Amino acid sequence: MMEVRAIDPWAREPLEKFLKESGARLCLLTNPSGQVIAQYGFSRAVDVMAAAALGAGIISSSKEMAGMLAEEEAFDALNHQGKKHGIFLAEFASPQGRLVVLIVYGRESSPGLVQLFFEEFVADIGESCPPREPRPPVIASDFEKDLNENLRTLFGGGV
Amino acid sequence: MTAKFQDLLDRVTRVRDVSGAFIVSAEDGLVVADSFMEGVRGNAVAALAASLFTRFRDASGASGAGVPKFLHLQADHGALVAMPGADDVIVVAVADAGVNVGLLRLEMQRVVEAGT
Repeated sequence: MMEVRAIDPWAREPLEKFLKESGARLCLLTNPSGQVIAQYGFSRAVDVMAAAALGAGIISSSKEMAGMLAEEEAFDALNHQGKKHGIFLAEFASPQGRLVVLIVYGRESSPGLVQLFFEEFVADIGESCPPREPRPPVIASDFEKDLNENLRTLFGGGV
Repeated sequence: MTAKFQDLLDRVTRVRDVSGAFIVSAEDGLVVADSFMEGVRGNAVAALAASLFTRFRDASGASGAGVPKFLHLQADHGALVAMPGADDVIVVAVADAGVNVGLLRLEMQRVVEAGT
């Protein structure tokens, strides 16, 4: 059985609760630049990286579209529905700054359920996550080590 | 069109002990039209009632009983009723436990017949 894999432990419990309630199949929590914080349901690193990059790109494009339409705030969320799967993508504020969530759901769930439990998920993340602390600058020699550690956390060593 | 449904839903909520009425897309769980009192979580009722109804419809179909015509859930402190309309929408109402279900059903039937 799949489990939630989180680089930051504060993301685990809210995500597990959301997945249990909404019936979503895949979930990816990232920052707006596509850096992964937690994932559920992905088995290959390459899929996570592609999904994170695409999600961040869509959010970024939506922001530009909102700007072109003179919207004061960017669009909160977008939903694509296919015959078998739907995709829900949203950006939200948290004590760690803006976060992006990408959710894939099947016919056992619905946009209404995902939206409903997403609102609770945002509130839960707001309670569980600590304020952002300034991070030390990335040193080239540490970069690969950190990357490998994060990938091991997200995929259990089987990358 | 929305105004017409709004009038019909208002008639449903005027039935004594009814606190909310909704037209909901069954597959999406999203609200098409609603009329409810303060304190009712409209989006939550719509999403969960749609999920419940579609699962019940699947179970009913699998058992050979066909499409359910009326779903009535009675709880200690209230009731939830749902009725399928056209184009895969359902009419949903939430009420106190003592609601006159017969009268409520008649008003919901009017919403369905009006073309949902």
